[in-house]
Amino acid sequence: MADHLIELRGVTKSYGSVYALGGVDLRVDKGEVVGLIGDNGAGKSTLIKILAGVVKPTNGKILVRGVPVSGWNAARSRDAGIETVFQDRALAVQQSIVRNIFMGRELAGPFGWLKVDKEIAEARRLMREIGFTSKVFTPQSIVGQLSGGERQGVAIARAIYKQADLIVLDEPTTALSLTETAKVFHFVRQVRASGRSILFIGHNIHHVFEIADRFVVLDRGKVALETDRSEVATVEDLINFMEEVASSGHQPGRPKAKSLGATP
Amino acid sequence: MIDLAEGKPTADEVVPSEAEWRHPSEHPVRGFILNNRASLGTLAVFLIMMAIFTVANPVVFSTWNLYRSVLTTLPVALFAVVPLVFVVTAGEIDLSFPATMGFASWIFALVVQAGYDPFLGIIAAIVTGMMLGFCVGALVVYGSLSSLVATLGMNFLLRGLIQIINEGKSIALVTLNHSLAYKILSSEVLGVPVQILWAVAFVIFAALLYNRHRFGAQVKVVGDNPDSAQQMGIDVNRVRVKVFVFIGIGAAIGGTFSTMINFTWWPTAGDGYLLPVLASVFVGGTPTWGGVGTVVGGAIGALTVSFIQTGVVAAGLSGFYVQFFNGLIIILALLGHRWNQARYR
Repeated sequence: MADHLIELRGVTKSYGSVYALGGVDLRVDKGEVVGLIGDNGAGKSTLIKILAGVVKPTNGKILVRGVPVSGWNAARSRDAGIETVFQDRALAVQQSIVRNIFMGRELAGPFGWLKVDKEIAEARRLMREIGFTSKVFTPQSIVGQLSGGERQGVAIARAIYKQADLIVLDEPTTALSLTETAKVFHFVRQVRASGRSILFIGHNIHHVFEIADRFVVLDRGKVALETDRSEVATVEDLINFMEEVASSGHQPGRPKAKSLGATP
Repeated sequence: MIDLAEGKPTADEVVPSEAEWRHPSEHPVRGFILNNRASLGTLAVFLIMMAIFTVANPVVFSTWNLYRSVLTTLPVALFAVVPLVFVVTAGEIDLSFPATMGFASWIFALVVQAGYDPFLGIIAAIVTGMMLGFCVGALVVYGSLSSLVATLGMNFLLRGLIQIINEGKSIALVTLNHSLAYKILSSEVLGVPVQILWAVAFVIFAALLYNRHRFGAQVKVVGDNPDSAQQMGIDVNRVRVKVFVFIGIGAAIGGTFSTMINFTWWPTAGDGYLLPVLASVFVGGTPTWGGVGTVVGGAIGALTVSFIQTGVVAAGLSGFYVQFFNGLIIILALLGHRWNQARYR
C-alpha cells in the first residue's frame, strides 16, 4: 500500500488526568477531502493543533509520507507541507493583509531586508486566485478593517501560498454568510482538483457532507466512525449515526459503515 | 518618512475595467498620509508647540544657540527612545535602560581611563549593553515575569551595583578631548553638534529595520497576536529577547555619548532619562497595547519633549511651570493620537 500523505497512529493527548484524545488513528491521502466531524469537546481542535505542531501529543506517532517525524513543531509542520487555517484564523488584526499572508515566512533578501514589492505582487496574485478581490481593500489594507469572510480569505490565501500538500480548515464556514460559505466550498474543490488534500473540520454536518470524500466522526477523543462518501446514502444517515453515538456512548471498533448502508 | 507609499500600481494590476480607478492608499500623496498618520500627527504637535513658543519669545527662538543646546543632548535620548519603540511594539516595556546606560558607559570610562583607544571603549560598552539587554530579556521572557516590574527591579539592581562599587565617585576623562573618536563622534561642525548626525542616521536605520526588515515585521506580529505568531512558526520568545538586546545596545551608545559630551562619567549617568524617554515614545504616537508604533514619530516625540523645558523657560515663564507643561503636552498629544489613529484591538 502506498504511503499516506499524513498519518496519525494512536495519538493521545492528556491534560493532567483528563484525556482530550484517547488514541486516534487518522490518515489523509493525496487529493482527497477528509471531513472531520464531532461535537464540541470531541477533540477536533486538539487534533488539529497536534497536526499543526502547536500542541505536542502525549503519545503516538505522526508519519509524513510514511516517514515518522521527530521534533515536531509549528515550523516543521509547515515545512512538511501542512498549512492550517485556525478557527480564530490566527490573524494579527492591526497588520496589513500582506504582513499576515507572509507571517513567519517573510520574503526577504540578504540580511533579512524585506522584498516588499514582491510580497505585495504575490499577495495580489493569491487573492485573485481564490476570488478574493474588492475595490474596498488592497494588499496593504489593515486586517482589522475586513469582515469575517474577508478575514477567512486572508487566512486561506496564507495557507495556499506555499502550495501546501495538506490544508487543514478548522470550522471554515462558521459565522460566514451563505455566499461566503459558497466561496469556501469553491476554493476547497479547486484545491482538490489541483491534487492537494484538505482536512475539513466542522460541526455543521451539512457543510461537511457536501464537500468531503471521506468522513471521520470523532467522539469524546476517539474515532467513532470512519467511512467513505460512497457508503453513506444521505446526510440523514450520518446524522442518525451521530445521534446513536451521542445517546449510547462511544463504541470504538464499531464495524465501519455496516449499519449505515442498511438504513432505507 | 520611511514607510513609503506604494506609488503607482504595477503593470500587471492594470486590468482594463479597473484601470481608471485607484484605491486611496495607492494614490501617492494620500497613501503617504494614510501610512504615516501617527508620525505626521506627532510632527503637527511639535510644530504647533514651536509656533506658540516662537510667538511668545521670537528673539530667543530665532537664535541658533537654543537649538544647538537641544541638539547636543537630544541624541542621548534618541538612542534609547528608538529601541524602546520596538520594545513597546512587541508588547513589553523596559524601565531598566537608564541603569544600562550608566553601566555600559561606566565600562567605556574604565577602558578610556586605562589608556586604551576610546573606539575600543565604545565596542566594550556596546558588548556590555548587549549582555545586559540579553539578561533582562531572558529574565522577563524565560522567567515569565511582567516586564514592567522585572525591568524596574533590574534598574534598581544594576544602579545599586554601580553605586556599591564606585561609592559615588565619578571618573573624569581628560584625554578624551584630543582623541579621534571624540572628533568623529561628538565635536561640532559649523556649529552643529556631530552626535545629532549619528543619532539621525540611527533613527533612519531603525525606521528601515522597523518597516522594511524581517525583524520589524516579526516584532509587530508578536506584539499584535503572539499566539498567531507562534502558530505561524515564529519563535516568539526569541523575538522578545531580541528587542531587549536592541534597547541594551541603544542605551549603551546613548550612555557613551552622554559621557563623551561631559568628559566625565557619573555613577548617576542615565538616571534622568527614564521619564523623558518613556514620554517621548508615547507622545510620538506608539500606543501602549503593542503591535503598532512609529520610529520616526518616536524621534519627533523626543524632539518635542526636549524642547518643552527649554521652551517654557525661554518663553518667559519660571522653571516652576516646566512640569505642568510637560504633563499638558503629553496628555494633549495622547488625546490627539487617540483621535487620529484607528484602534483595531
